[in-house]
Amino acid sequence: MTRAPLSLKIAALGGLAFLHVPLLFILLYCFTTEEKSYAFPPPGFTLKWFGVVWGRADIWAAVGLSLKVASIATLLALVLGTLAAGALARARFFGREPISLLFVLPIALPGIVTGIALRQAFGLMEIPFSVWTIVLGHATFCIVVVYNNAVARLRRLSPSLIEASMDLGADAFQTFRLVILPNIGTALLAGGMLAFALSFDEVIVTTFTAGQQSTLPIWMLSELIRPRQRPVTNVVAVLVILVTFLPILAAYYLTRHGEAVAGSGK
Amino acid sequence: MHAHAAPLALPAVRFARVVRHFGAVRAVDGVDLSIAPGEFFAMLGPSGSGKTTCLRLIAGFEQPDDGHIEIFGETVEGLPPYRRAVNTVFQDYALFPHLSVGENVAYGLRVRGVGRAERERLAREALSLVKLAGMETRRPAQLSGGQRQRVALARALVVRPKVLLLDEPLGALDLKLREEMQSELKGLQRALGLTFVFVTHDQSEALSMADRVAVFNEGRIVQVGPPEEVYEQPATRFVARFVGSANVLEAREAQALGGPARPCSLRPEKILLLAPGAPVPEGAAVVDARVTDISYQGPVRRISARTGQGLALTAAVPATAAGVMAGADIRFAVPAGAVRAMEGEQ
Repeated sequence: MTRAPLSLKIAALGGLAFLHVPLLFILLYCFTTEEKSYAFPPPGFTLKWFGVVWGRADIWAAVGLSLKVASIATLLALVLGTLAAGALARARFFGREPISLLFVLPIALPGIVTGIALRQAFGLMEIPFSVWTIVLGHATFCIVVVYNNAVARLRRLSPSLIEASMDLGADAFQTFRLVILPNIGTALLAGGMLAFALSFDEVIVTTFTAGQQSTLPIWMLSELIRPRQRPVTNVVAVLVILVTFLPILAAYYLTRHGEAVAGSGK
Repeated sequence: MHAHAAPLALPAVRFARVVRHFGAVRAVDGVDLSIAPGEFFAMLGPSGSGKTTCLRLIAGFEQPDDGHIEIFGETVEGLPPYRRAVNTVFQDYALFPHLSVGENVAYGLRVRGVGRAERERLAREALSLVKLAGMETRRPAQLSGGQRQRVALARALVVRPKVLLLDEPLGALDLKLREEMQSELKGLQRALGLTFVFVTHDQSEALSMADRVAVFNEGRIVQVGPPEEVYEQPATRFVARFVGSANVLEAREAQALGGPARPCSLRPEKILLLAPGAPVPEGAAVVDARVTDISYQGPVRRISARTGQGLALTAAVPATAAGVMAGADIRFAVPAGAVRAMEGEQ
């Protein structure tokens, strides 16, 4: 094995630092006593912003909405993504390739296009903005994440396992429950967690489909404009990091023995 | 099952003009077949000859495009695999990786709603039948290839199929294990009195295990019969060459070697190598040839030679026979009756 030259190591460390040091600053300014600007070094340290966050109803409303949207979108994605993967993993039929492309397109498409398209569609159909319009917007890319994970796992599943199950007397439903689901379970878990994390911090599509409602990321965006109580945003940001990071970490550990978690790029 | 049919007369499996095509490829092209209850039946052929598709048609993984299939008198067209009283041992064994060996074997009982205690007992019984008692808690990944195959066998047998289908059952095993499993499968089939249908491309496997062999080529059955008959009396050029690589003789050549005036087969091991000056056996035809190639195969030496008339012959002679060199002139004797007419050829 050859060792990497020193310059390469420094470059690698520099890259990592560039990615992660800003996160440390977010953490640092959770505790600052200065509320109007981010002065360095912080003039003093306090825990009061955690109390302020605890007491603000608008934050908890936004957190609640975000959790609700992410949960429903993930659930929807798990059902529809698995069904689509089951249909497209092995079957050969005319139009299969275009259909799978259409399926993964929403994740490749800029969120702003998805957002505008959905907003116009809702407008045309006179659907009022609600939790469900946000859920629909998020489901467009959540389904892809679940689909990608499920389809990769299904393709690795030996087709003779399904035949063996049928051969031994199991109908389609029993085969799905007893053979397919246990074998793609971790892929679905990983896909579901990713979908949840993606939905939880989504801004662009949400902006177009939320109307007057505020999900947590939308709330943070609006908070940036206000000059007072800046560290409150930092405290919430740290919460968001925890909420999105933990599932992604869990998904990574659950699937590292399997294939790469496809579609994690959004 | 038809009430009026005499149970003894019912074939275990019957195909009538069965056709299955994939696109333009006629994988199974008008197959007629009748397998008797309790028979050990081999479907032998090269890959792509339609034998595996026939097995899948019996199992229900494929549906015929034309023709008719019965299992013990019951019409099975349109019946899904889970409604057929046949079970399959898959080529790759298809053991469920997320279940233990015991759970794998009990799977068919579980989906039939058999209680846990009962199915565990039956699974243990089935595992001891295939000499894997005590392996219930292992995972399939912890087993050797031979053990996995036994699990697959136990899993299929535990649900008491009327017909057991085996897809290249010995293909993935090494030689020693293969010979062991051959005799074990045969013993199991006899002890259970079950109908076994197995697919293989290995002629020695088919000949040694089966009661009857069907030789497949290009989607059709070209010959069916007991192993001795298929081997000794190949009906076509294809069978002669595929089963034991016999010499194929045209009518004129056959006649010159003392056979009938029609296309014939001649088994390499029937040909005798005459030592210089040795007497010619009574009734044998004698042919002089020049050796083109020799290959040593353990018990026998295969000698390829060409006669003055341009006829290429292959003989399998005992390896102990005196060393013959490529390019040497030799004399073959072809005993009377060794040249056999091929019924299926003009």
